[in-house]
Amino acid sequence: MEEKNIVEVKNLKKYFPIKSGVLQRTTGYVRAVDGVSFSIKKGQTFGLVGESGCGKTTIGRSILRLTEPTSGEININGVDIMKVKKKDLRPLRPKMQMIFQDPFSSLDPRMPVGEIIGEAVKEHNLVPKSEYRDYVLSIMKDCGLRPYYIDRYPHEFSGGQRQRICIARALALNPDVIIADEPVSALDVSIQAQIINLMKDLQEKRKLTYLFISHDLSVVEHISDVVGVMYLGTMMENGPKESIFKNPLHPYTQALFSAVPIADPDVKMNRILLQGDIPSPSNPPSGCKFHTRCSKCMDICKTEVPTLQEYEPGHCVACHLYNKKKTENK
Amino acid sequence: MKQYILKRIGISVLVLLGVSMLLYGICRMVPGDYVANMTAGNQNITPEMEQRMREVYGLDKGVVEGYVSWLKDALRGDFGTSFIYQESVVSVIAKYIGPTVSLAGISMLLEILLAIPLGIIAARKQYSRTDYTIVAIAIIGISLPSFFFAAVLKRVFAIGLGVLPVSGMVTARADYVGFAHFLDLGKHFVLPIIVFVVTGVGGLLRYVRTNMLEVLSADYVRTARAKGLPERKVIGKHAFRNTLIPVVTMVGGMIPNLFSGAVITEGLFGLEGLGNVALQAVYQGDIPYLMGFNMFIALMTLVGTLVSDILYAVVDPRVRYN
Repeated sequence: MEEKNIVEVKNLKKYFPIKSGVLQRTTGYVRAVDGVSFSIKKGQTFGLVGESGCGKTTIGRSILRLTEPTSGEININGVDIMKVKKKDLRPLRPKMQMIFQDPFSSLDPRMPVGEIIGEAVKEHNLVPKSEYRDYVLSIMKDCGLRPYYIDRYPHEFSGGQRQRICIARALALNPDVIIADEPVSALDVSIQAQIINLMKDLQEKRKLTYLFISHDLSVVEHISDVVGVMYLGTMMENGPKESIFKNPLHPYTQALFSAVPIADPDVKMNRILLQGDIPSPSNPPSGCKFHTRCSKCMDICKTEVPTLQEYEPGHCVACHLYNKKKTENK
Repeated sequence: MKQYILKRIGISVLVLLGVSMLLYGICRMVPGDYVANMTAGNQNITPEMEQRMREVYGLDKGVVEGYVSWLKDALRGDFGTSFIYQESVVSVIAKYIGPTVSLAGISMLLEILLAIPLGIIAARKQYSRTDYTIVAIAIIGISLPSFFFAAVLKRVFAIGLGVLPVSGMVTARADYVGFAHFLDLGKHFVLPIIVFVVTGVGGLLRYVRTNMLEVLSADYVRTARAKGLPERKVIGKHAFRNTLIPVVTMVGGMIPNLFSGAVITEGLFGLEGLGNVALQAVYQGDIPYLMGFNMFIALMTLVGTLVSDILYAVVDPRVRYN
């Protein structure tokens, strides 16, 4: 049975103004997110990959309106988040939670674990007062935290345990969607696996939907159902995991995937080395944003912006190489 | 915790010993001792008489000998007799401590009450007009020389408008009693307190603002917002409480200022407090008073740091003393 889309993002834009001069006039914009659209089906994991500074984190924060998006449409569970007034957003918050990258700074050092997890539960009156402590304990148990941790402070825990606390904190509000912004990149590899498996287990049990932001392709391959590849604030390619990993279409995706190390020194790797640096997002190249570094660059790439078009069922790519073929076929 | 405090007190005793040595050495090395100051310009004084007076004041002994005898007395609780006042140092301090503590205490309280909320407002509205205004005023306050600012205030309020007294602690020959006396005292303290607060508030304010900014950008504040807490709780419960940690240490360090920080302000307004007395003592070489006063300040400094270290453990669960 086809599940419905629980998250729909259309043409999301977030421009950060650059101010300069004595009068602090806006002289330009950093286009952190420049017209991104995607959707996530209920119970699925959407893995968002891309190199540092391509706007992954900004997308995550903009969806929750933790940073105010410049324009676009965000639809979560049928509610148009962009149209909700800032002060009316608060009751909706429990349904969409976030897990941050750095478990050392995302927990208030002056609050015991039980309160960190339960504070918002109390605030939103999710469970009756008499059941409150039991509820927190049950959430902790689900996340692999021992009951006696409840009165301890965050500094007494290791990175992995802290990330479990962060997950428990998000879970306690019984959300539909969890946005996980690089939730494992600050952890050891062995701990990464534990946390990823915990997230997968919880997803099965509670029918959670994840937006999983990461730069680690092997982690994304492990956890995602659908993968989106970003470059310089734009979605270059997205589609089902199998299809993207087996048959990457966009030259950028191909280069990105070829950079993944393989744990076998005998395997000859056929790396695609990109030339030059990422252009500045305040002054992105015309046409296709990748054309300055693309080995298959054509004339049209320099002038015309390619749109995201379906190449295979569910697998979309924004590249003139394929768009052209498609039109020729027609 | 108890063990930690005992250890700290033990260390403090050693520190005080070192401080007393340095202080005594410096006091004695100042050119022109009390006798020389007193007899300067008096042609009837013979060298023999001077020698005789030095013996009376105990200034004939060498630095080391003098220090040892001062220390012996001090350990018995006797800090000697002030040369100027001809009274025991302890009673001189007790007599003049009142105005000093009231001036500095009230000012410090006002500084804290102003600096914390203004610092938080400035941080929450970073780079806004409000922020720039608050920070600009803070920096003007820091940069204002207190003697100049005091002169301006006197010109405006005492001489120009005539609403407040120029200096002193009570109106001469008025002989108020009871509440009227208290009110009169209060009037004399208004300008000194303004000088104290305006020149002192900036440092603390900027410290609060910087710390608040740091905390506001922390992920746990973002988390608190994402959890859907009302802004009041995000700021009050998460941001403010974490800002308080470093501020508490700063305030602990301000304790010695309660007794010493007022030297210039007291002098400018003719308030008879410890600072003003200390200034006279420096001019005239009143060694016993200087030693007593400075040791008292040193003690308060040590108490201040100890108190702030203990408070640190109270406000920050990460800090434990074993």
